[in-house]
Order: sequence, then structure tokens, then C-alpha cells
Amino acid sequence: MTNLSLNKLQDEAKKIRRAVVEMIYKAQTGHPGGSLSAVEILVALYFETMKESDRFFLSNGHVCPALYAVMAEKGLISKESLSTYSSLGSPLQGHPERTKLKGIENTSGPLGIGLAQAAGYAAIKKDTTVYCMTSDGEHNEGNHWEAVNFAAKYKLNNLIQFVDKNNIQIEGTTDEIMPLGNLKEKYISSNWNVIEIDGHDFNEILTAVGKAKSEKGKSTVIIANTMFGKGMSFMEGNPDWHAKAPNDEEYQKAMEELNK
Amino acid sequence: MKSIRDGFGEALVEIGHKNPDVVVLTADLAESTRVKEFAEAFPDRFFQVGVAEQALVTVAAGMALAGKIPFTTSYAVFSPGRTWEQIKITAALNDVPVKIIGAHAGFGASMYGATHQSLEDIALMRVIPNMVVVSPCDYEEAKKATISIAGNGKPSYLRLARQESPELTTPLRQGFEGQEFEIGKANTLYEGRDPQVAIIGCGPILSEALSAAKDLKEMGIETIVINNHTIKPIDDIAITNAARICEAIVTVEEHQIMGGLGSAVSEVVCQTHPVPIEFIGVHDCFGESSLDPMELWEKFGLKSKNIVEAVKKVLARKNA
Repeated sequence: MTNLSLNKLQDEAKKIRRAVVEMIYKAQTGHPGGSLSAVEILVALYFETMKESDRFFLSNGHVCPALYAVMAEKGLISKESLSTYSSLGSPLQGHPERTKLKGIENTSGPLGIGLAQAAGYAAIKKDTTVYCMTSDGEHNEGNHWEAVNFAAKYKLNNLIQFVDKNNIQIEGTTDEIMPLGNLKEKYISSNWNVIEIDGHDFNEILTAVGKAKSEKGKSTVIIANTMFGKGMSFMEGNPDWHAKAPNDEEYQKAMEELNK
Repeated sequence: MKSIRDGFGEALVEIGHKNPDVVVLTADLAESTRVKEFAEAFPDRFFQVGVAEQALVTVAAGMALAGKIPFTTSYAVFSPGRTWEQIKITAALNDVPVKIIGAHAGFGASMYGATHQSLEDIALMRVIPNMVVVSPCDYEEAKKATISIAGNGKPSYLRLARQESPELTTPLRQGFEGQEFEIGKANTLYEGRDPQVAIIGCGPILSEALSAAKDLKEMGIETIVINNHTIKPIDDIAITNAARICEAIVTVEEHQIMGGLGSAVSEVVCQTHPVPIEFIGVHDCFGESSLDPMELWEKFGLKSKNIVEAVKKVLARKNA
């Protein structure tokens, strides 16, 4: 089913991880944990799934280093521009802005407001497949659940939501900060089509998208179980890496791990 | 140098020891809004609501209805940014002492870009009846302001800056010399002889105002620098006096010009003693990412040199 071989996709993911760490190290600001957990989903969407007419809404905008890196690998922005991330005058803002960077569908960062915009777009552009990525943490926000109801009511089968379920939010695990309950059951009872996958497995991601596209009367949520800080042993599963830049030593370690 | 948010966090622990009715709620930002120490000292009086700012404020209102004094903390862009109507109804119209603490106000979250920079919060809060609005200028004043709003019995907004900033006021120690702090009473930070212009500001940007006053003195232009820490209720007596003495005003704030401190000062003098005013602040545009907040002060014209220019301009208008 893949145009690119699995190896090629994995290779892209590796390149994106390297670019993410480099950007955040260079700027000494950014959100590595969530950026790294989202890599395979973004690579699958941008390198395999999305057609030019499709739209992608990023809701948890703080993971934009991963999106910027994917856009650079894809040739939508220059690779050189990645080193300007968060600097004065850069189109690559600390949180992505649609008026500053072509290819960004919606300005984002403040949580819980991305799915609603994606749903609004999908309600008008019925022939467009609208993808939206959200975080599990932002399921704390009421606005998010208002959009869940809207999408169900209007049977937006052209809306496909990926939840990057890395189980971590700013100050701890989602269980510690605000337990989500059974997310799968919540979406089922909200009348969504629900698929649960390993969010780092390209075959599972692509199979899930295929199923979502054939859904006739419901929006689909793909609950992607991921590892926060995926690929960097010292970041994996550690909430300290929500918004922290690696120091020189950590950067060296990250690069060594990426080169393995 | 210490930060305004640190002053808030330390004072909150002090208040916690004195007043068992003080409770604290945060929306997944205990560390950066500096309430972690309170949470550790008083775990039974601390509530982590998750990234749910609307619940943050409305749950706090319920606690206030039950007799508590809740301090709610988030970044100013989220609360009061996202929570405006909830604040209006459940805190202000109910008239209960919910404290809205807006952290990283102004350009403090410079690296995170426009989405995380709060340049509208003073306007949002001062338009709501019953609401008290305070913007402390340094670490010490943040402590005093925190203690004051804890005991004022009113819904109150406290604006906090993220970065460390110069000390402009003195510690408040009972029985010792110290700059008094009273909600609604502006303080004079500098008063030149026969001042020609009053510079009225709030927040850490007052350090730029003082630096401008020094440069202007060397140029032979004397000024008064007023720390108008309470935007609401505003000190109309102090502002009117300044207008009468100087016959020209420059306002200084790390906030949009529209609806902020400058607007509040204008509303006063228009009715009591109209004089020419120039405004230092953000002129109807969004912020942007920068690795250093001072780069943004520079870009958006909030530096001492900009204040010097504004003083010269308002003097020319006054003398025209």
C-alpha cells in the first residue's frame, strides 16, 4: 500500500528527529518531548497519505519543530530556515502562524482549539479530507469536546483526528495532572469512529488512515499510542522534557543515539 | 535581580501560613507560575485542574462562594485570555474574591511567539465592573500586591512578568522605612525639580522610564515618573495632580495602547485636566517570536530612547 518503502519512511523519521533536536538545541527553546512522539504520524501524512487538496490542522502547536522539519524535508520550506526557529524575524515562530509561514493551515499553540477549526473547515469543504493532530493533554480543554460533539452531529466523515497519546503533559503524566479516563470509550459514546494504533508503526498508521477514509457517516479518531521523547533514551517518558532544550552534553548524546 | 513571578510565589506561601482560607488552583502551570512551593506547603489547599482554564476560573468561583479566597494561575494569554466571560459572570458579577493571576504577561514568553504573549489583558480586565487590576513593577511590589489583593475581598487581576527585572521599589517591613503599597494609590518613583512632563507607567518597563528620566535630566528636561501599579481603581487624584503640575504626560506600558494604562490615564485627564499625552506601548499589532524579550522591547519601541523621544514630542505639543 505504500508508495515509499517502509525503509524510506523510517529513514525520513530519523532525519526529522535529528532536525528537531538540532532546532531546539540551536534555539535553546522548544518542546522536544511532544515533537519527537509525533514524528511518524507527520511523516506518514506528509510523505505518504496527503494529497495536495487535503488539509492538515495542527492543534498542539508547540510540537511545530517536527512539522517544520517535515516541511523542510518535503521541500515546502528551505532546510536552512530551520536554524532560525523562534528567532526575531523568522517565519518559523515558536508556535506556528499561518500569516508568517505558507503551508501552515491554522495558527496554533493555545490548546483545545485546533479540532474545532478543522471541523469547521471540514463542514464547509465536504470533498476535502481534513486531518487534525491533537495531543492527549489538550483533551483537558472543554473547547475540544465541544468540537467532538459538533463533528459527530454533522457526521463529518471527511475529518480524521490523530491523537498523539504520549501520556504526558506539561507538569507530569496525564494520569497525575488530569486523568483522561477511557479515551476510546469516550469517543465511541460521542459517536465517532475509533481506531487505536501504535503511533510509531507506519503500517498501522497507514492502515488506520485507509479505514478512516472509507468511513461513511462518522468522523474518525485515530488514537495513536506513542512514546514521549521517542528515540532519545534520556527523554523517553520523562515529563521534564516537555519544554526544555538539550545542553551540549545532552545534544551529543542525542546525536550519538540517532547515528546508531 | 529577581522576577515579579517569584515575588508572587513567595508572598503566596506567606499568606498561606496566615490565612487558612487561601486556596490555589493552577492549569498545569504550577512551576512556571511559581505556586509549586504553596502546593508543597499546603497540599490540601492546592488544586491541579489540568489544561482547563475555563474550569480553573469557574471552579474557583464555586470555592469563593463557599467562603474561600482562591488564587488561580495560568499564563495571561489563557487566563484571563480564554476565561473572560467566566471571570465576568462567576467572579465579578457574583462579586466573590477570585484572584486571577496572569503570568508571562507582556513579551515575557518571547520565544513562544504571539500566541503566548499577552498584550491585551489589562484592557480585558479593567472593563469588567467590580474587578481590581494590579500590575506590579518588581519583585518587592509583587509581594506587596499579592498580600494586598488576598485581603481586599474583591475579584482581582494580578499581572505578572516572567523575566528577572531591576528592583525599583523597597521591601515592605513593618516599623522600618519602606515604600508603602496601597491598592489604588500611585507611587512617585522620581520627581525632578519643576518637572515639565509626567511619565506614568506600570510594570517592569518602569525601569526604562527611570532610565529615560535620567537621560532627559542631562538634557535639561525634568520629569516625574509615576508608578501607577493599580490600573483599576485608578488613582485619579495623583494623575490629575501630575497633569496640573506638568501639563504634559507620557504613558508607558508593555501592553496594547488601546484599552490599557494609557487609555485609563486619558480617561481621567480628559475629564479633570486635559493635557497632551503621548503613548509608549504596542500600537495595534501582534508580538512575535524572539529569543530575548529585550529584542522585542527594542522592536516595538518600548525602550528608554523611545520614551525620551515621546517626552520631547509631547513637550513640543505642550509648548506649541
